[in-house]
Amino acid sequence: MAKVLVVTSGKGGVGKTTSTAALGAALAQSGQNVVVVDFDVGLRNLDLVMGAERRVVFDLINVVQGDARLSQALIRDKRCETLSILPASQTRDKDALTSEGVARVMDELREKFDWVICDSPAGIERGAQLAMYHADMAVIVTNPEVSSVRDSDRIIGLLDSKTQKAEQGEKVEKHLLLTRYDPARAARKEMLSVEDVLEILSIPLLGIVPESEDVLKSSNVGAPVTLAAPTSLPARAYFEAARRLSGEKLEVSVPVEKRGFFDWLFKRDA
Amino acid sequence: MSFLSNIFARRQQSSSVAKDRLQILLAHERGAGEAGESDLIRQLHKEIMEVIARHVAVDQDKVQIKVDRGSGCSMLEIDVEVPQQLSGKRVS
Ligand SMILES: Nc1ncnc2c1ncn2[C@@H]1O[C@H](COP(=O)(O)OP(=O)(O)OP(=O)(O)O)[C@@H](O)[C@H]1O
Ligand SMILES: [Mg+2]
Repeated sequence: MAKVLVVTSGKGGVGKTTSTAALGAALAQSGQNVVVVDFDVGLRNLDLVMGAERRVVFDLINVVQGDARLSQALIRDKRCETLSILPASQTRDKDALTSEGVARVMDELREKFDWVICDSPAGIERGAQLAMYHADMAVIVTNPEVSSVRDSDRIIGLLDSKTQKAEQGEKVEKHLLLTRYDPARAARKEMLSVEDVLEILSIPLLGIVPESEDVLKSSNVGAPVTLAAPTSLPARAYFEAARRLSGEKLEVSVPVEKRGFFDWLFKRDA
Repeated sequence: MSFLSNIFARRQQSSSVAKDRLQILLAHERGAGEAGESDLIRQLHKEIMEVIARHVAVDQDKVQIKVDRGSGCSMLEIDVEVPQQLSGKRVS
């Protein structure tokens, strides 16, 4: 049975697109068929983070409006053949996405893939609600700071009321992904702690992704961090998160660097 | 990978890869204005489909049109999966 997963946050810039790409590539590397869908109409960026920007012909809106078949809009990743991307439109506005059209595309995606991962736009308006409507599961991306936690709380409220699952009296399975976590600042108590955030939001923790330059380097070269730097700390956090999403029970660890002298010597300039 | 390549063949900085990628992308997006280039590709797609349909009965899903935008030139790749019976006879 296909799983539809929305990656959402309310607040902008917390790491949704990064996480969609990284989790998608991690799940795909375990042999499952994965599609990542960009719902950020007008401001698409998932194609860029995935390195597919030169290959976009058709997009989600073309498929929703019936101008293209789904198979013609899907772009298969060149590095991982079980990973595909459905890009958003860069030029059209988001009103072009009708609820019925999106429902039809989601049904078709469910048939083709094991995982359908929807990258939500920021905000709590229609775009974010369309991205979450069909979800079975949600990854709520949160940074350990007050406004992000507050917005996550809003989003959790929407997941419990404005989704198809909610309308049917069921629950969307919710997971908290703490990103851009800085262990040094946390140790100095300059940042909300993991426990603080969990206590406030009270949803289960999927993983802790550290603030890391490997994320920036990966997006520079157009690859999810789980493909470009699979042994880096953020990638390891995403791989573990992906295993938890697949149902494995794993203890969540706080990521800390254990670098030897030689790692330091040779990894400086990458 | 190896010890030597790490020391001597300094890898291309990721920021310069990022810059190249952006320049190619933005050149196309700006040049295309609102939707110029995508419209062209969509039109091509439609007409190519029509031509193919005139000669062979292929499923629309078996015709893939792909682009790869480069800095100097772009590649348009058309991939048609022809049904078994035809592929033997008509390739001449
Ligand atoms: N773990 C991390 N370490 C360092 N930088 C990160 C990390 N995660 C994300 N970033 C950076 O933060 C910025 C925003 O990330 P991203 O685009 O994934 O956020 P978003 O939630 O999708 O944003 P938007 O709401 O605009 O869609 C990017 O520059 C990204 O490289
Ligand atoms: Mg984003």
